[in-house]
Amino acid sequence: MGWFSKFLTSSIGQKTVMALTGIFLILFLVVHLIGNLQLLKDDGGEAFNLYAYFMTHNPLIKTVSYLLYASILLHAVQGIMLWRNNQSARGAQGYAVNHVRPRERASRNMAWVGIIIFVFILLHLYQFWFQMHWGNLVYVEYEGTIHPVKDLYTLVAESYQNSGFVLFYVISMAVVGYHLWHGFWSAFQTLGLNHRKYTPVIRGLGMAYAVIVPALFAVIPVWMYVMGT
Amino acid sequence: MKLTLKIWRQGGKYKGEFVTYQLDNVNEHMSFLEMLDVLNEQLIEKRETPVAFEHDCREGICGTCSLVIDGRAHGPMQGTTTCQLHMRHYKEGETIVIEPFRARAFPVIRDLVVDRSAFDRIIQAGGYVSVNTGQAQDANAIPIEKDQSSRAFDAAACIGCGACVAACPNASAMLFTSAKVSHLALLPQGAVERKRRVQAMVAQMDKEGFGRCSNVTACEAECPKEISVENIARMNREYLGAVFAGETV
Repeated sequence: MGWFSKFLTSSIGQKTVMALTGIFLILFLVVHLIGNLQLLKDDGGEAFNLYAYFMTHNPLIKTVSYLLYASILLHAVQGIMLWRNNQSARGAQGYAVNHVRPRERASRNMAWVGIIIFVFILLHLYQFWFQMHWGNLVYVEYEGTIHPVKDLYTLVAESYQNSGFVLFYVISMAVVGYHLWHGFWSAFQTLGLNHRKYTPVIRGLGMAYAVIVPALFAVIPVWMYVMGT
Repeated sequence: MKLTLKIWRQGGKYKGEFVTYQLDNVNEHMSFLEMLDVLNEQLIEKRETPVAFEHDCREGICGTCSLVIDGRAHGPMQGTTTCQLHMRHYKEGETIVIEPFRARAFPVIRDLVVDRSAFDRIIQAGGYVSVNTGQAQDANAIPIEKDQSSRAFDAAACIGCGACVAACPNASAMLFTSAKVSHLALLPQGAVERKRRVQAMVAQMDKEGFGRCSNVTACEAECPKEISVENIARMNREYLGAVFAGETV
Protein backbone atom coordinates (compact mmCIF):
# COMPACT_ATOMS: atom_id res chain seq x y z
CA MET A 1 0.00 0.00 0.00
CA GLY A 2 3.05 2.25 -0.15
CA TRP A 3 2.03 3.57 -3.54
CA PHE A 4 -1.44 4.49 -2.28
CA SER A 5 -0.26 6.49 0.74
CA LYS A 6 2.28 8.16 -1.54
CA PHE A 7 -0.58 9.08 -3.85
CA LEU A 8 -2.78 10.37 -1.02
CA THR A 9 -0.03 12.62 0.32
CA SER A 10 0.95 13.99 -3.11
CA SER A 11 -0.39 17.38 -4.17
CA ILE A 12 -2.68 15.84 -6.79
CA GLY A 13 -3.75 13.07 -4.40
CA GLN A 14 -4.76 15.60 -1.73
CA LYS A 15 -6.69 17.60 -4.30
CA THR A 16 -8.37 14.41 -5.57
CA VAL A 17 -9.62 13.70 -2.03
CA MET A 18 -11.09 17.24 -1.93
CA ALA A 19 -12.73 16.79 -5.33
CA LEU A 20 -14.26 13.35 -4.69
CA THR A 21 -15.62 14.20 -1.24
CA GLY A 22 -16.80 17.56 -2.62
CA ILE A 23 -18.74 15.94 -5.46
CA PHE A 24 -20.28 13.46 -2.99
CA LEU A 25 -21.40 16.37 -0.77
CA ILE A 26 -22.80 18.17 -3.83
CA LEU A 27 -24.89 15.08 -4.65
CA PHE A 28 -25.97 14.78 -1.01
CA LEU A 29 -27.28 18.36 -1.01
CA VAL A 30 -29.77 17.43 -3.75
CA VAL A 31 -31.12 14.52 -1.67
CA HIS A 32 -31.27 16.76 1.40
CA LEU A 33 -33.15 19.42 -0.56
CA ILE A 34 -35.74 16.95 -1.86
CA GLY A 35 -36.39 15.93 1.76
CA ASN A 36 -36.66 19.52 2.96
CA LEU A 37 -39.13 20.41 0.22
CA GLN A 38 -41.58 17.99 1.98
CA LEU A 39 -41.84 20.71 4.65
CA LEU A 40 -43.73 22.87 2.18
CA LYS A 41 -46.53 20.29 1.77
CA ASP A 42 -49.67 21.48 3.49
CA ASP A 43 -50.29 18.21 5.38
CA GLY A 44 -49.34 19.06 8.96
CA GLY A 45 -45.91 17.54 8.49
CA GLU A 46 -46.90 13.99 7.56
CA ALA A 47 -44.76 13.77 4.41
CA PHE A 48 -41.75 15.28 6.19
CA ASN A 49 -42.03 13.06 9.26
CA LEU A 50 -42.39 9.91 7.16
CA TYR A 51 -39.36 11.04 5.14
CA ALA A 52 -37.36 11.64 8.35
CA TYR A 53 -38.36 8.16 9.58
CA PHE A 54 -37.25 6.61 6.29
CA MET A 55 -33.93 8.45 6.39
CA THR A 56 -33.13 7.21 9.91
CA HIS A 57 -34.28 3.59 9.44
CA ASN A 58 -33.53 2.47 5.90
CA PRO A 59 -30.36 0.31 6.07
CA LEU A 60 -29.04 1.56 2.73
CA ILE A 61 -29.52 5.21 3.73
CA LYS A 62 -27.91 4.55 7.13
CA THR A 63 -24.86 3.02 5.46
CA VAL A 64 -24.54 5.95 3.08
CA SER A 65 -24.93 8.35 6.01
CA TYR A 66 -21.70 7.02 7.57
CA LEU A 67 -19.99 7.68 4.25
CA LEU A 68 -21.43 11.19 4.41
CA TYR A 69 -20.09 11.89 7.92
CA ALA A 70 -16.71 10.58 6.82
CA SER A 71 -16.78 12.76 3.70
CA ILE A 72 -17.59 15.91 5.65
CA LEU A 73 -14.74 15.26 8.10
CA LEU A 74 -12.28 14.26 5.38
CA HIS A 75 -13.17 17.31 3.25
CA ALA A 76 -12.76 19.60 6.27
CA VAL A 77 -9.53 18.08 7.63
CA GLN A 78 -7.89 17.77 4.19
CA GLY A 79 -9.04 21.29 3.32
CA ILE A 80 -7.45 22.79 6.42
CA MET A 81 -4.23 20.84 5.79
CA LEU A 82 -4.10 22.16 2.21
CA TRP A 83 -4.78 25.68 3.41
CA ARG A 84 -1.95 25.55 5.94
CA ASN A 85 0.40 24.02 3.38
CA ASN A 86 -0.46 26.70 0.84
CA GLN A 87 -0.01 29.47 3.40
CA SER A 88 3.50 28.28 4.18
CA ALA A 89 4.32 27.80 0.46
CA ARG A 90 3.57 31.50 -0.07
CA GLY A 91 6.42 32.32 2.30
CA ALA A 92 6.72 34.67 5.23
CA GLN A 93 7.00 37.86 3.18
CA GLY A 94 3.79 38.70 1.33
CA TYR A 95 3.24 41.18 -1.48
CA ALA A 96 2.82 44.87 -0.65
CA VAL A 97 0.32 45.20 -3.51
CA ASN A 98 -2.15 42.41 -4.17
CA HIS A 99 -4.01 42.24 -7.43
CA VAL A 100 -7.21 40.16 -7.17
CA ARG A 101 -9.45 39.75 -10.22
CA PRO A 102 -13.14 39.73 -9.20
CA ARG A 103 -13.70 36.25 -10.68
CA GLU A 104 -10.98 34.85 -8.42
CA ARG A 105 -12.53 36.02 -5.15
CA ALA A 106 -14.62 32.91 -4.42
CA SER A 107 -11.68 30.60 -5.07
CA ARG A 108 -9.34 32.60 -2.82
CA ASN A 109 -11.84 32.46 0.07
CA MET A 110 -12.58 28.72 0.03
CA ALA A 111 -10.79 27.92 3.29
CA TRP A 112 -12.37 30.34 5.71
CA VAL A 113 -15.76 30.07 4.01
CA GLY A 114 -15.41 26.29 4.45
CA ILE A 115 -14.70 26.75 8.15
CA ILE A 116 -17.86 28.86 8.53
CA ILE A 117 -19.85 26.12 6.77
CA PHE A 118 -18.36 23.49 9.09
CA VAL A 119 -19.46 25.47 12.16
CA PHE A 120 -22.90 25.86 10.55
CA ILE A 121 -23.09 22.07 10.00
CA LEU A 122 -22.27 21.43 13.69
CA LEU A 123 -24.96 23.84 14.90
CA HIS A 124 -27.44 22.52 12.35
CA LEU A 125 -26.75 18.89 13.33
CA TYR A 126 -27.26 19.71 17.00
CA GLN A 127 -30.51 21.56 16.31
CA PHE A 128 -32.22 18.84 14.23
CA TRP A 129 -30.14 15.70 13.60
CA PHE A 130 -29.15 15.22 17.26
CA GLN A 131 -32.73 15.85 18.43
CA MET A 132 -34.09 13.34 15.89
CA HIS A 133 -31.68 10.65 17.11
CA TRP A 134 -31.41 11.28 20.85
CA GLY A 135 -33.79 14.10 21.73
CA ASN A 136 -37.22 13.80 23.37
CA LEU A 137 -39.45 14.18 20.36
CA VAL A 138 -43.12 13.19 20.64
CA TYR A 139 -44.41 10.38 18.47
CA VAL A 140 -47.25 10.81 16.00
CA GLU A 141 -49.24 8.18 14.12
CA TYR A 142 -50.38 8.40 10.55
CA GLU A 143 -52.87 6.25 8.65
CA GLY A 144 -51.26 3.46 6.69
CA THR A 145 -48.01 3.33 8.70
CA ILE A 146 -47.21 0.48 11.06
CA HIS A 147 -45.12 2.42 13.62
CA PRO A 148 -45.69 5.77 15.22
CA VAL A 149 -42.97 8.17 13.96
CA LYS A 150 -41.06 11.00 15.66
CA ASP A 151 -42.55 14.43 15.07
CA LEU A 152 -39.50 16.24 13.72
CA TYR A 153 -41.80 18.54 11.75
CA THR A 154 -43.06 20.35 14.87
CA LEU A 155 -39.49 20.98 16.07
CA VAL A 156 -38.56 22.42 12.64
CA ALA A 157 -41.74 24.49 12.36
CA GLU A 158 -41.28 25.93 15.86
CA SER A 159 -37.61 26.73 15.18
CA TYR A 160 -38.60 28.60 12.03
CA GLN A 161 -40.95 30.84 14.00
CA ASN A 162 -37.81 32.36 15.50
CA SER A 163 -36.67 35.14 13.15
CA GLY A 164 -33.08 34.75 14.41
CA PHE A 165 -32.94 31.13 13.24
CA VAL A 166 -34.50 32.04 9.90
CA LEU A 167 -31.85 34.72 9.36
CA PHE A 168 -29.12 32.29 10.46
CA TYR A 169 -30.24 29.74 7.88
CA VAL A 170 -30.61 32.26 5.05
CA ILE A 171 -27.12 33.68 5.64
CA SER A 172 -25.64 30.21 5.99
CA MET A 173 -27.13 29.21 2.64
CA ALA A 174 -25.62 32.28 0.98
CA VAL A 175 -22.25 31.18 2.34
CA VAL A 176 -22.78 27.62 1.03
CA GLY A 177 -23.64 29.05 -2.39
CA TYR A 178 -20.44 31.12 -2.37
CA HIS A 179 -18.40 27.98 -1.58
CA LEU A 180 -20.11 26.03 -4.37
CA TRP A 181 -19.64 28.85 -6.90
CA HIS A 182 -15.98 27.86 -7.11
CA GLY A 183 -16.16 24.34 -5.68
CA PHE A 184 -18.44 22.77 -8.27
CA TRP A 185 -16.26 23.58 -11.30
CA SER A 186 -13.04 23.17 -9.34
CA ALA A 187 -13.82 19.54 -8.43
CA PHE A 188 -14.08 18.57 -12.10
CA GLN A 189 -10.94 20.49 -13.03
CA THR A 190 -8.99 18.70 -10.28
CA LEU A 191 -10.14 15.31 -11.54
CA GLY A 192 -8.76 16.28 -14.94
CA LEU A 193 -12.20 16.76 -16.49
CA ASN A 194 -11.56 19.88 -18.51
CA HIS A 195 -12.45 19.85 -22.17
CA ARG A 196 -13.75 22.60 -24.41
CA LYS A 197 -16.61 20.24 -25.34
CA TYR A 198 -18.12 20.10 -21.86
CA THR A 199 -16.30 22.50 -19.51
CA PRO A 200 -18.62 25.43 -20.39
CA VAL A 201 -21.54 23.15 -19.45
CA ILE A 202 -19.90 22.24 -16.12
CA ARG A 203 -19.18 25.92 -15.44
CA GLY A 204 -22.77 26.93 -16.20
CA LEU A 205 -24.23 24.01 -14.28
CA GLY A 206 -22.02 24.87 -11.31
CA MET A 207 -23.12 28.49 -11.20
CA ALA A 208 -26.79 27.50 -11.59
CA TYR A 209 -26.39 24.88 -8.85
CA ALA A 210 -24.62 27.33 -6.52
CA VAL A 211 -27.52 29.77 -6.82
CA ILE A 212 -30.61 27.55 -7.14
CA VAL A 213 -29.93 24.85 -4.53
CA PRO A 214 -28.99 27.18 -1.62
CA ALA A 215 -31.84 29.51 -2.64
CA LEU A 216 -34.38 26.68 -2.42
CA PHE A 217 -32.97 25.65 0.97
CA ALA A 218 -33.28 29.25 2.18
CA VAL A 219 -36.82 29.71 0.84
CA ILE A 220 -38.16 26.95 3.13
CA PRO A 221 -37.54 28.66 6.53
CA VAL A 222 -38.63 32.02 5.11
CA TRP A 223 -41.84 30.53 3.73
CA MET A 224 -42.62 28.72 7.00
CA TYR A 225 -41.92 31.88 9.00
CA VAL A 226 -44.16 34.01 6.80
CA MET A 227 -46.97 31.47 6.70
CA GLY A 228 -46.73 31.00 10.45
CA THR A 229 -47.41 27.30 10.18
CA MET B 1 7.86 61.75 -17.61
CA LYS B 2 8.44 61.83 -13.86
CA LEU B 3 7.93 58.64 -11.88
CA THR B 4 8.19 57.48 -8.28
CA LEU B 5 9.50 53.94 -7.84
CA LYS B 6 9.09 51.91 -4.68
CA ILE B 7 11.55 49.06 -5.04
CA TRP B 8 12.17 46.11 -2.74
CA ARG B 9 15.84 46.13 -1.68
CA GLN B 10 17.36 43.16 0.11
CA GLY B 11 21.01 42.29 0.74
CA GLY B 12 24.02 44.40 1.63
CA LYS B 13 22.94 47.34 3.78
CA TYR B 14 19.27 46.63 3.09
CA LYS B 15 17.54 44.23 5.48
CA GLY B 16 14.53 43.73 3.18
CA GLU B 17 12.58 46.96 2.75
CA PHE B 18 11.04 49.26 0.17
CA VAL B 19 13.23 52.14 -0.97
CA THR B 20 11.69 55.07 -2.85
CA TYR B 21 13.43 56.52 -5.91
CA GLN B 22 12.49 59.47 -8.10
CA LEU B 23 13.10 59.35 -11.85
CA ASP B 24 12.75 62.66 -13.68
CA ASN B 25 13.27 61.96 -17.37
CA VAL B 26 11.65 58.67 -18.30
CA ASN B 27 11.12 58.32 -22.04
CA GLU B 28 7.82 56.70 -23.02
CA HIS B 29 9.63 54.58 -25.64
CA MET B 30 11.78 52.92 -22.99
CA SER B 31 11.01 49.37 -21.95
CA PHE B 32 10.45 48.80 -18.24
CA LEU B 33 13.93 47.24 -17.94
CA GLU B 34 15.55 50.19 -19.74
CA MET B 35 13.86 52.45 -17.23
CA LEU B 36 15.50 50.39 -14.46
CA ASP B 37 18.83 50.63 -16.35
CA VAL B 38 18.50 54.43 -16.23
CA LEU B 39 17.81 54.28 -12.50
CA ASN B 40 20.86 52.07 -11.97
CA GLU B 41 23.12 54.44 -13.96
CA GLN B 42 21.99 57.25 -11.69
CA LEU B 43 22.62 55.12 -8.59
CA ILE B 44 26.11 54.19 -9.83
CA GLU B 45 26.92 57.89 -10.47
CA LYS B 46 25.91 58.58 -6.88
CA ARG B 47 28.12 55.65 -5.77
CA GLU B 48 25.13 53.68 -4.51
CA THR B 49 24.55 49.97 -5.08
CA PRO B 50 22.41 49.45 -8.20
CA VAL B 51 19.15 47.52 -7.99
CA ALA B 52 19.71 43.84 -8.85
CA PHE B 53 17.20 42.44 -11.34
CA GLU B 54 17.35 39.60 -13.87
CA HIS B 55 17.21 40.03 -17.63
CA ASP B 56 18.67 38.41 -20.70
CA CYS B 57 17.10 38.32 -24.18
CA ARG B 58 14.86 41.38 -23.67
CA GLU B 59 12.50 40.14 -26.37
CA GLY B 60 10.15 37.98 -24.35
CA ILE B 61 11.42 34.50 -25.12
CA CYS B 62 14.03 33.56 -22.52
CA GLY B 63 12.00 33.73 -19.30
CA THR B 64 14.78 35.41 -17.31
CA CYS B 65 13.08 38.69 -16.43
CA SER B 66 10.62 38.58 -13.56
CA LEU B 67 9.30 41.30 -11.19
CA VAL B 68 5.90 41.84 -9.63
CA ILE B 69 4.84 45.31 -10.73
CA ASP B 70 1.95 46.89 -8.82
CA GLY B 71 0.88 43.43 -7.66
CA ARG B 72 1.06 41.78 -11.08
CA ALA B 73 3.72 39.39 -12.34
CA HIS B 74 5.37 40.94 -15.44
CA GLY B 75 3.27 44.08 -15.00
CA PRO B 76 -0.20 45.14 -16.09
CA MET B 77 -0.22 44.08 -19.75
CA GLN B 78 -1.76 40.80 -20.91
CA GLY B 79 0.50 38.12 -22.38
CA THR B 80 3.80 39.99 -22.13
CA THR B 81 6.99 39.68 -20.10
CA THR B 82 8.47 42.58 -18.11
CA CYS B 83 11.01 43.26 -20.89
CA GLN B 84 8.13 43.72 -23.36
CA LEU B 85 6.38 46.23 -21.09
CA HIS B 86 6.89 49.81 -22.24
CA MET B 87 6.75 53.07 -20.30
CA ARG B 88 4.04 54.47 -22.61
CA HIS B 89 1.57 52.51 -20.46
CA TYR B 90 2.41 54.76 -17.50
CA LYS B 91 1.33 58.28 -16.78
CA GLU B 92 3.20 61.36 -15.55
CA GLY B 93 3.70 61.36 -11.79
CA GLU B 94 2.68 57.72 -11.27
CA THR B 95 4.05 55.61 -8.39
CA ILE B 96 5.12 52.08 -9.31
CA VAL B 97 5.68 49.38 -6.68
CA ILE B 98 8.25 46.77 -7.76
CA GLU B 99 8.65 43.54 -5.80
CA PRO B 100 10.41 40.22 -6.42
CA PHE B 101 8.45 37.03 -7.16
CA ARG B 102 7.33 35.73 -3.76
CA ALA B 103 7.29 32.04 -2.90
CA ARG B 104 9.01 29.87 -0.31
CA ALA B 105 10.46 27.81 -3.18
CA PHE B 106 11.81 31.01 -4.81
CA PRO B 107 14.04 32.56 -2.11
CA VAL B 108 15.22 36.12 -2.72
CA ILE B 109 18.93 36.24 -3.57
CA ARG B 110 19.24 40.02 -3.75
CA ASP B 111 16.76 42.87 -4.31
CA LEU B 112 14.51 41.66 -7.15
CA VAL B 113 16.46 38.51 -8.01
CA VAL B 114 15.03 35.20 -6.82
CA ASP B 115 16.43 31.68 -7.03
CA ARG B 116 14.27 29.77 -9.53
CA SER B 117 16.45 26.66 -9.64
CA ALA B 118 13.51 24.67 -8.22
CA PHE B 119 12.13 24.76 -11.78
CA ASP B 120 15.40 23.32 -13.12
CA ARG B 121 15.13 20.42 -10.68
CA ILE B 122 11.54 19.74 -11.78
CA ILE B 123 12.77 19.57 -15.40
CA GLN B 124 15.69 17.34 -14.36
CA ALA B 125 13.20 14.96 -12.74
CA GLY B 126 11.54 14.18 -16.06
CA GLY B 127 11.08 17.13 -18.39
CA TYR B 128 13.01 15.56 -21.23
CA VAL B 129 12.86 12.82 -23.85
CA SER B 130 15.44 10.03 -23.66
CA VAL B 131 16.93 9.56 -27.14
CA ASN B 132 19.94 7.78 -28.50
CA THR B 133 22.55 9.90 -30.18
CA GLY B 134 23.24 9.44 -33.87
CA GLN B 135 21.88 10.77 -37.11
CA ALA B 136 19.20 13.42 -36.80
CA GLN B 137 15.78 11.88 -37.46
CA ASP B 138 13.76 12.95 -40.47
CA ALA B 139 11.38 15.66 -39.30
CA ASN B 140 8.29 14.01 -40.74
CA ALA B 141 9.12 10.38 -40.01
CA ILE B 142 6.27 10.17 -37.48
CA PRO B 143 3.03 11.79 -38.71
CA ILE B 144 1.37 14.02 -36.10
CA GLU B 145 -2.07 15.56 -36.43
CA LYS B 146 -2.10 19.34 -36.76
CA ASP B 147 -4.46 19.78 -33.76
CA GLN B 148 -2.25 17.60 -31.61
CA SER B 149 0.96 19.38 -32.56
CA SER B 150 -0.73 22.76 -32.00
CA ARG B 151 -1.79 21.77 -28.50
CA ALA B 152 1.71 20.53 -27.76
CA PHE B 153 3.13 23.76 -29.12
CA ASP B 154 0.78 25.89 -26.99
CA ALA B 155 2.11 24.10 -23.91
CA ALA B 156 5.70 24.27 -25.16
CA ALA B 157 5.39 28.07 -25.36
CA CYS B 158 6.06 28.09 -21.58
CA ILE B 159 9.33 29.96 -20.97
CA GLY B 160 9.61 28.82 -17.34
CA CYS B 161 9.71 32.34 -15.93
CA GLY B 162 7.78 31.47 -12.76
CA ALA B 163 5.06 34.11 -13.11
CA CYS B 164 2.48 31.38 -12.43
CA VAL B 165 4.06 30.71 -9.03
CA ALA B 166 4.33 34.43 -8.30
CA ALA B 167 0.66 35.05 -9.19
CA CYS B 168 -0.77 32.00 -7.42
CA PRO B 169 -2.06 32.70 -3.88
CA ASN B 170 -0.80 29.19 -3.03
CA ALA B 171 2.58 29.62 -4.79
CA SER B 172 1.75 26.51 -6.78
CA ALA B 173 3.94 25.46 -9.71
CA MET B 174 1.23 23.40 -11.36
CA LEU B 175 0.86 25.55 -14.47
CA PHE B 176 4.58 25.33 -15.20
CA THR B 177 4.84 21.60 -14.47
CA SER B 178 1.64 20.81 -16.38
CA ALA B 179 2.84 22.76 -19.43
CA LYS B 180 6.01 20.65 -19.51
CA VAL B 181 4.13 17.40 -18.85
CA SER B 182 1.60 18.28 -21.56
CA HIS B 183 3.94 19.31 -24.31
CA LEU B 184 5.92 16.08 -24.01
CA ALA B 185 2.93 13.76 -23.44
CA LEU B 186 1.09 15.08 -26.50
CA LEU B 187 3.86 14.14 -28.91
CA PRO B 188 4.80 10.54 -29.84
CA GLN B 189 8.46 11.02 -28.90
CA GLY B 190 7.50 12.10 -25.38
CA ALA B 191 4.52 9.78 -24.95
CA VAL B 192 6.77 6.75 -24.39
CA GLU B 193 7.91 8.00 -20.98
CA ARG B 194 4.75 9.87 -20.00
CA LYS B 195 3.75 7.74 -16.98
CA ARG B 196 7.16 7.78 -15.35
CA ARG B 197 7.63 11.43 -16.23
CA VAL B 198 4.46 12.83 -14.67
CA GLN B 199 5.02 10.97 -11.40
CA ALA B 200 8.65 12.06 -11.14
CA MET B 201 7.93 15.70 -11.99
CA VAL B 202 4.97 15.99 -9.58
CA ALA B 203 7.02 14.36 -6.82
CA GLN B 204 9.85 16.87 -7.37
CA MET B 205 7.36 19.77 -7.53
CA ASP B 206 5.92 18.72 -4.15
CA LYS B 207 9.41 18.27 -2.68
CA GLU B 208 10.43 21.81 -3.65
CA GLY B 209 7.71 23.20 -1.36
CA PHE B 210 5.34 24.68 -3.92
CA GLY B 211 1.72 24.95 -2.84
CA ARG B 212 -1.25 22.90 -4.04
CA CYS B 213 -3.37 24.21 -6.91
CA SER B 214 -6.83 25.35 -5.86
CA ASN B 215 -7.95 26.33 -9.37
CA VAL B 216 -7.84 30.09 -8.77
CA THR B 217 -6.57 30.53 -12.38
CA ALA B 218 -4.52 33.64 -11.52
CA CYS B 219 -1.58 31.80 -13.17
CA GLU B 220 -3.37 31.63 -16.51
CA ALA B 221 -4.27 35.33 -16.27
CA GLU B 222 -0.69 36.41 -15.51
CA CYS B 223 1.22 33.97 -17.74
CA PRO B 224 3.16 35.96 -20.35
CA LYS B 225 2.67 33.06 -22.78
CA GLU B 226 -1.02 32.64 -21.87
CA ILE B 227 -0.68 28.95 -21.01
CA SER B 228 -4.15 27.53 -20.27
CA VAL B 229 -5.18 25.77 -17.04
CA GLU B 230 -6.44 23.01 -19.36
CA ASN B 231 -2.86 21.81 -19.04
CA ILE B 232 -3.30 21.42 -15.27
CA ALA B 233 -6.36 19.23 -15.86
CA ARG B 234 -4.32 17.21 -18.38
CA MET B 235 -1.50 16.76 -15.85
CA ASN B 236 -4.02 15.61 -13.24
CA ARG B 237 -5.41 13.09 -15.74
CA GLU B 238 -1.90 11.95 -16.63
CA TYR B 239 -1.02 11.57 -12.95
CA LEU B 240 -4.18 9.70 -11.96
CA GLY B 241 -3.75 7.47 -15.01
CA ALA B 242 -0.10 6.80 -14.19
CA VAL B 243 -0.81 6.01 -10.52
CA PHE B 244 -3.87 3.80 -11.09
CA ALA B 245 -3.25 2.35 -14.54
CA GLY B 246 0.55 2.37 -14.86
CA GLU B 247 2.24 -1.02 -15.34
CA THR B 248 4.85 -0.41 -12.64
CA VAL B 249 4.04 -0.73 -8.94
